[in-house]
Amino acid sequence: MVDMSVRIGGVALKNPVMPGSGTMAEGLARVMDLNRIGAIVTKTVTPDRREGCPPPRMVEYKDGSLMAIGIPSQGPDYYIAEILPHYRSFDTPLVCSVSAPTVDAFGAITAKLSAPGVAVIEANISCPNLESDGKAFGMDPEASARVIRRMKASTDRPVWAKLTPNVTDIAAVAQAVEDAGADAVTCANGMLGMAVDVENFQPALGNITGGMTGSCMRPVILRMAWQVARAVKIPVIGSGGIATARDALEYLMVGCAAVQVGTQNFIHATAMLDVIDGIEAFCRRKGVARVRDLTGAMRPRHGLREGQAA
Amino acid sequence: MAETLCRVLHNDWVNDTYKHLIVDAAHGAARAAPGQFFHLLCPVIGENAPFFRRPMSVYRIDKAQGRLEFLYKIVGRGTTTLATLAPGDELNVFGPLGRGFRLGADRKHIVQVARGVGLATLAPVAESAGRLGIRTTAILSARSPEHVMSADYLRSVGAEVVAVTDSEGTSDAAAVERRVRSLVERDGGDFFVTCGSNRLLRLLQRLGAEYGIGGEVAMEQPMGCGNGMCFACVGSFRNDEGGTSYRRVCWDGPVFDLQEAIAWST
Repeated sequence: MVDMSVRIGGVALKNPVMPGSGTMAEGLARVMDLNRIGAIVTKTVTPDRREGCPPPRMVEYKDGSLMAIGIPSQGPDYYIAEILPHYRSFDTPLVCSVSAPTVDAFGAITAKLSAPGVAVIEANISCPNLESDGKAFGMDPEASARVIRRMKASTDRPVWAKLTPNVTDIAAVAQAVEDAGADAVTCANGMLGMAVDVENFQPALGNITGGMTGSCMRPVILRMAWQVARAVKIPVIGSGGIATARDALEYLMVGCAAVQVGTQNFIHATAMLDVIDGIEAFCRRKGVARVRDLTGAMRPRHGLREGQAA
Repeated sequence: MAETLCRVLHNDWVNDTYKHLIVDAAHGAARAAPGQFFHLLCPVIGENAPFFRRPMSVYRIDKAQGRLEFLYKIVGRGTTTLATLAPGDELNVFGPLGRGFRLGADRKHIVQVARGVGLATLAPVAESAGRLGIRTTAILSARSPEHVMSADYLRSVGAEVVAVTDSEGTSDAAAVERRVRSLVERDGGDFFVTCGSNRLLRLLQRLGAEYGIGGEVAMEQPMGCGNGMCFACVGSFRNDEGGTSYRRVCWDGPVFDLQEAIAWST
């Protein structure tokens, strides 16, 4: 019997696997039992109603996708009245992702969405599809810290900060949000990219740029998760190209306490269940009693020769 | 609704453009309603590596034998590798998904007008209408007589079939308009369904508004998840406030009210 439970920034989860924000919706409950996953993470809510980016919104590659969705949102009132009730019947903690154009607005929406049924607020300071040429709060450690400080002052719920990978020193941003009071960091959102429809001499995406996600991103985001985990004491949630249990184990071993499965939910809607079962099977095979013992379990190679037992 | 591994029973050309795929869906996938779709995990073959699934509307739902049938044209990576499947191969099928046609029993005479692969999407409508005792006339528009694929099937489920083709010079907008007007004015046509052509969509919107006849259209759009989660497949639709809004084709559709749909430009 493997103890699969983890504790992330003040919240107990029955296992370390949850969806990335924007990769699940009500439809997932038709396909699988949401009681089985570690947390429910809802799509980012913004203060204003947003239609999102003009289509086309997606370009696919062999091992990943470039998407510019642009956070379509119906606003916080709609979220409380229409979205939250869908998840009331599950005993899985609900993480509400929020974003806003200003620090004040981040505070206001955080207060508003600290509603019954919301266990955690995740700050989307990293979505690359916001206006201003893809720039976001998350690209600046100081701006990120201001957002988190304001959010912490506006709620009694734990606040997780979802970082953007579109920075040179992601550890510095992680440290800044930790100092500002973040209870955990999620590493990371999509990497900015673009594609051209050469036949028609135009950008392939309606928004020109988008967020690159999927398996192709895993080595890059994994490296960032490792850097972040070494830089902060708060839990790190790894998120980037996780499709299988093996992928999730990489993130746990470099120091993550939990993982988010994102793009893979679009291809195999029950992917998270396979990741959970696969992590548990790995623990049994390796004699790991508690999944939290895998966090940071990667051992240094130096000093070891081939064939020598660790 | 779930992911199912289905055995391929048949995957052959019906003419120079379209293939007909039949899979064994005895596990229950054959519950699909007309207009719903399945999200198919097309195989990876060499350089052709479809990352996302491909949505495909159902051509025939054979509940008795537990079979699903699809009619498709090879247009990109997904359908290219789908075309390589042979009897005995497995195909991972997710669905049925989306909102299908609403065939109220109060309809008397459904007029369906389809072109290209839209013929496949509308075939189950005729089958359902037949079971409900609703008369159906299907105007099938195609490049040439050999591309009118579903005529025999539609007749076998009780629909009256009118084939119009480019090669015979019978498919132009004015000719189709005369046919539809005659079906409404002389034969009691009281509901329009369409798929596969902007020109036909605009025509039916105009005639529907003129005669005060309702209708539905099945829309197509490249999709990510097919299950309302990724918001990649949105299109513009007329909303209640007199403007337009993006709606998810996979979740709010793929079947939409005829007058809410907006014909795309190309």
